[in-house]
Amino acid sequence: MTLFKRIAWRLLAGVGVLWCTVTLAFVAFHLIGDDPVVTILGGEDAQPSKEMIALVRKEYGLDRPLSVQYAQYLWRAVHGDLGQSYRLHIPVARAISQQLMPTLSLMFSATLVSVFLAVALALLTAKRAPWIRSFSSGVELVISSAPAFVLGTLLLLAFSFQLNWLPSFGTSGWETIVLPTLALALPIVAVLTQVLRQELEDILELPFIVTARARGLSETRVRLGHALRHALIPLLTLSGFIFASLLGGAVIVETLFSRQGIGRLMVEATGNKDVPMVLGITELSALIYVVVNLIVDLLYAVVDPRVKGAV
Amino acid sequence: MSTIVLKKDSQKLIGPEVACSRSPQLPPPLIEVENLSVRFGHRDRPVIGGISFTLRRGECLALVGESGSGKSVTSRTLVGLAGPRAEVTANRLRLDGEDLLSIREAAWRKIRGRRIGFVMQDALGSLDPLRTVGREVAEPLLIHGALNRAQREAKVIELLRSVGIPEPELRALQYPHQLSGGLRQRALIASAIACGPELLIADEPTTALDAAVQAQVLLLLESLRNANTAMLIISHDLAVVSRLADRVAVMHQGLIVEQGPIDEVLQNPQHVYTQSLLAAASYVHGGNRRWAPTTMNEVLSNKDEFVINADNVTKTFPNPDGKSRTVVERVSFVLRRKETLGIVGESGSGKTTLMRMILGLEKPDAGAVYLRGNSWTSLSSAAQRSERRRIQVIFQDPFSSFDPRYTVEHVIGEALGVIGISGRKERRQQTIELLRWVRLDASILPRRPIELSGGQRQRVAIARALAPRPEVLVCDEPVSALDVSVQAQILELLEDLKERLGLSCLFISHDLDIVHRISDRVMVMKDGVVVESGDVREIFARPRHEYTRLLLDAIPGLPAKTSRWSAQDSHAESTATKLEQSEGVLEVQL
Repeated sequence: MTLFKRIAWRLLAGVGVLWCTVTLAFVAFHLIGDDPVVTILGGEDAQPSKEMIALVRKEYGLDRPLSVQYAQYLWRAVHGDLGQSYRLHIPVARAISQQLMPTLSLMFSATLVSVFLAVALALLTAKRAPWIRSFSSGVELVISSAPAFVLGTLLLLAFSFQLNWLPSFGTSGWETIVLPTLALALPIVAVLTQVLRQELEDILELPFIVTARARGLSETRVRLGHALRHALIPLLTLSGFIFASLLGGAVIVETLFSRQGIGRLMVEATGNKDVPMVLGITELSALIYVVVNLIVDLLYAVVDPRVKGAV
Repeated sequence: MSTIVLKKDSQKLIGPEVACSRSPQLPPPLIEVENLSVRFGHRDRPVIGGISFTLRRGECLALVGESGSGKSVTSRTLVGLAGPRAEVTANRLRLDGEDLLSIREAAWRKIRGRRIGFVMQDALGSLDPLRTVGREVAEPLLIHGALNRAQREAKVIELLRSVGIPEPELRALQYPHQLSGGLRQRALIASAIACGPELLIADEPTTALDAAVQAQVLLLLESLRNANTAMLIISHDLAVVSRLADRVAVMHQGLIVEQGPIDEVLQNPQHVYTQSLLAAASYVHGGNRRWAPTTMNEVLSNKDEFVINADNVTKTFPNPDGKSRTVVERVSFVLRRKETLGIVGESGSGKTTLMRMILGLEKPDAGAVYLRGNSWTSLSSAAQRSERRRIQVIFQDPFSSFDPRYTVEHVIGEALGVIGISGRKERRQQTIELLRWVRLDASILPRRPIELSGGQRQRVAIARALAPRPEVLVCDEPVSALDVSVQAQILELLEDLKERLGLSCLFISHDLDIVHRISDRVMVMKDGVVVESGDVREIFARPRHEYTRLLLDAIPGLPAKTSRWSAQDSHAESTATKLEQSEGVLEVQL
């Protein structure tokens, strides 16, 4: 009952977030002041005639007041119609769904790799000899401060151009996803490992760990069976950060590795001032964000039984 | 110092087979420790500086001493858990003839939990909060045993029942935070004895428990010892020790300063430190009240002097199974100016919830609390904020109520900020004044909580509570986590401050001795209901409710003190019998 209520509230709040996102993006794009009709007709170079401009303006409803355009846009968005792309001249929803899979698989593999690596590294390095710790946290610091494109370029140089192990671009075949995944995951691994290790070290000091040891548990069992679950709580809290890094990273990584995907679509759409496309992608990101946060919220109660009563 | 007359009942309770083992043909001791030293890093002074003792099966040795004396380090060393930085040396450290000094970690793991059970001090923190109680208790069976899953589950239920946990099937599925302190402590013991260890080490097993639960846990430990388990009890509570131990070793600064049969040591302490420990114990447990309480009539004549007035407050919480549980039910009381009201009851009786409602941290479902005649609990939290300073609180564990990064100056300065004292110089001046009230000097201003002793922390907590010039001081078990000698000092300080500052005080405790000493009136709670209330001397001398009588009887006590309140003869054995009858759940089958 309370759980149902909580989900309902979160969903309602999620709708609010989506609305705000769309509105902000809409306003921002109309503040730029460029004439979208010119964009639709292929830019200044195409030198469209006055009649063409008037025709297209009417066809896209751009002759109406901004408030009406906004209301129309909202109304259609609620019904799942994100409008026509100015540049590609196909519905935005179709363009997005064509590009969605490569990005989702990239984000998914990067999430798996980063969580797995971070947990493993934190478990291995927490409360170990000082030199292991300082080596590990030094490497983490360097990686987490390196911008994604630098990291990606380095990976390309090493594994594609020098060693020739992996392809440097493309979207087809599993080989093409390895380097982008690493470029996307490594900065996240670095941050997560630091947080998890700190958390594990705090937890390994607690009395119930001593009790567990006094029962005859091995170090591995203590870490995996008792400490890890506690350390996963801050990991959940950071999931918003992880998602934001993945999305932001995807834009850069897809461009760098010439991959298909939402990130690249976004970059191109922004460059072309393709307003419906940018709005559509923004909305999609917000939607995923809301869903991820809802799932995380529910996971808290699964991981930590003490959370159940709290709203 | 009061003379302590000992009536030792344990001889009677020990079974015949144990009595045999004390005949001249003794078997080799289970634990042999000779000249054990423990050192951390390269510090000059070792934490344990060469101690020796032995322990036989069916025998109980008590390690007594104040915190920091090395008791806990000693006990951890016996299970090889003194820590990675500890350097352990000894002429001899043996378990049943096996040398423990040279064994590897893998061999230790076969000993821990299987041959030596270890009960940690802090029962709340010692159970993994993310696991069910049943899973925690089953863990040693999983590690060491050859039982399958179904057998383990059956064994867990059996263990929980054997330590006196009612409804073991339900409790096994609950999480530690859903259990009261007493149940957690018993679950922890159940986990430690799951594999039937030869030695049970219990570090302050009853310190955080109230009298009735304490008596049950002691009874449980006694029955284990009678089942031929060797036992090492660590405690600063001489009353507990006198009830349970055959022999006692007094530790001071990492050394055993005195060791011998319990009767001899308590009756005829040789070492100065032992004498001072006993003196401190009798001060807390038997001291005279230092000021006369106002009589009921005097108090009643000043009706307008009500500071807090609770009217039929009720609080209900939802249970995990969807039903709800009434934790506080229709509780009413008044607290008058300059009066101390003691609230007594075992864990789970609703004391804490009641306190939270009085502090305005929890809203009652029905009824209301009035502060100086004005409604308090119905105010919005913004409106409460301006009144908050009038009620200040001191907790059992001040450490966790301090920000560890704050210095003492910062901690108290922040509280002064509440009443608008903002100038740096003025704050410092007032802080020093407050510290003088709690008898601390300005030299501790730059220290952080971790650098303070337990007593100093509680003093700082008191100074912080006094900073906003409160009218009511709520004390939640303010001394139960402290050593007995420090307890005495803090209680004396509280009494003195109350008198000087004209404070009203709500004193929540499970320690009846302390409540008796400090309160004017007392209110006894059980299962969320007030079963009895009235003048403290009246109630302690002539308890009307059966539960109050039970609580009074259950105090383990140094045997000499029973005559203090009444002529009741309530030594350990009669308590045990009564408890057994009243609870009907304490069947110990091991």
